[in-house]
Amino acid sequence: MNEIWRMIGRRLLLGLLTLFVISVVIFGATELLPGDLARELLGQSATPETLAALREQLGLNDPAPIRYLNWLWGVLHGDFGVSMATKKPIAELVGGRLGNTLFLALYAAALSVPLSLMLGVLAALWRNSVFDRMSNALALTSISFPEFFVAYILILWLAQTGLFPSMVRITASTTFSERIYMGFLPALTLTLVVTAHMMRMTRAAIINLLASPYIEMARLKGMSPLRVVLRHAVPNALAPIINVVALNLAYLITGVVVVEVVFVYPGLGQLMVDAVTNRDIPVVQAIALIFASAYVLLNLVADVLSTITNPRLMHRR
Amino acid sequence: MQVLVVLAVALVAFFGVALVSRAALRTFAPAHQKPTFRDMPLTASFGIAVILIYVLVAVFAPLLAPFKESEVVGAQYLPWAAPYYLGTDKLGRDMLTRLIYGARNTVGIAFATTALAFTVGSILGIWAALVGGWLDQWLSRFVDALMAIPALIFSLLLLTIFGTSVLSLILVIASVDATRVYRLARSVAQGIVVMDYIEAARLRGEGKWRLIRREILPNAMAPLVAEFGLRFCFVFLSISALSFLGLGIKPPTADWGSMVRENATLITFGDITPLLPAGAIALLTVAVNFVVDWQLHRASGLKE
Repeated sequence: MNEIWRMIGRRLLLGLLTLFVISVVIFGATELLPGDLARELLGQSATPETLAALREQLGLNDPAPIRYLNWLWGVLHGDFGVSMATKKPIAELVGGRLGNTLFLALYAAALSVPLSLMLGVLAALWRNSVFDRMSNALALTSISFPEFFVAYILILWLAQTGLFPSMVRITASTTFSERIYMGFLPALTLTLVVTAHMMRMTRAAIINLLASPYIEMARLKGMSPLRVVLRHAVPNALAPIINVVALNLAYLITGVVVVEVVFVYPGLGQLMVDAVTNRDIPVVQAIALIFASAYVLLNLVADVLSTITNPRLMHRR
Repeated sequence: MQVLVVLAVALVAFFGVALVSRAALRTFAPAHQKPTFRDMPLTASFGIAVILIYVLVAVFAPLLAPFKESEVVGAQYLPWAAPYYLGTDKLGRDMLTRLIYGARNTVGIAFATTALAFTVGSILGIWAALVGGWLDQWLSRFVDALMAIPALIFSLLLLTIFGTSVLSLILVIASVDATRVYRLARSVAQGIVVMDYIEAARLRGEGKWRLIRREILPNAMAPLVAEFGLRFCFVFLSISALSFLGLGIKPPTADWGSMVRENATLITFGDITPLLPAGAIALLTVAVNFVVDWQLHRASGLKE
């Protein structure tokens, strides 16, 4: 048991280090500008006075490391600074939207993970059948579709008939079941985008194992094919499956940006796109940091889980 | 019911194009290439045909398009009728014309971006593998740090800082994607630089640049070409996504991503016109994926 905690501790430290590096990159990116941020935002025609005022407002007069430490200190205390466009505290802007985005990502995950695992096991079971070939072609196709194409097809098909709303309005009084109903189309879009990849990888992980002698043995015992796959192949295929699921969940987090814009979903992605349009750099930095942290965290969890499910990795000498 | 009809038409079109193109490839291929095409899957021949059509449309866009790229030719949102075969958009520009020019702009920009990402990424990657030591360490750790941030999010951050223009779009996407190419090129080159013939070339006194160009690159070509296809798909999709978000290629330049955005309101009225540019993006990506899939399958000798 000690081994597990030591391993988790090591991974957490590595994750923290990654997060630190990411925060440096996100903060340092503004330093890439040839002039400085104030000049870039105001353009060439700015007077020295307005430039100086904006520099003062953005705190650009301090050297970069000091500014970074100030920013980091604020972030660690939940203070992301003030939005340049709306003059509101960023924490306030982000607060409710973070919940909405997480809700959407979790909703899509709840739909896509069981679906893709089930389809993957079936494709492995009936490999080289018509079902398998069709699923292969569909997987390649759905990976190639832009998210907004899938989203608009769904709108055309399901929202046109009035079955589901094509716009999502979430207020404080929206109940959970209303959220499920209104979020269905965005969640379905995300599901369609990620399911194919997860399903193919599940299939590949299982088929890799089917040639092993112990599977042969299980077959010779007279076990049914489904039982062979579920009892003997799946537990050993868990590590790669967990990894691909995590990878796709991480993809969901970035994929929400486009989908949120299509469905006017009040989440972080929409906020980020608006902020990029207005060149509201503090907001973009804050949201980028949040998305990147979620990405790192998911990969961390996947890493730990896939180690725990593999006894050989747990008892490595 | 409608869905079924659309699916049936799509299937028939797929098999028609695929069979014709496979027959054509078999007939017109030079003798030594014939075995390559003999047992190519239908998906691959379909992909090749579609890519060829896109290239032709992009090259001959001014000849094929009935109107000028951003010419206002009539009222807005006209229905599908001659001479506006696919109707007009929200400013009254001809949809078909803009679709045709979009092939040139969107695909051209995506191709240029991929080529840039590839040149930078693969040269740096091979160079790092060849030189090794602290340079390799620093470059690789730097790339690792950049790759820890999701690509779309990082592109959005860079676009905020550098502003949204076509040039910054190309540079931003190319640099984000170059990190992925760097990883692959470095790992492929690492297997090559330890070969005896590289040792021999070094002893002959060949310079670094010549080593990369004449000795390593030709042997690293196969995986890099397959990666080029996949990378193109990713770049193409992210450029379309950014243009769709209003952060990429800007009007009046005809571009598929922004065309979807501009005319999206039509969809809520049940008009499929805005889906055409989105479909054009999807079709090309599918086609490239099919061809890459076939190439990878052939190269690895995998028979499932």
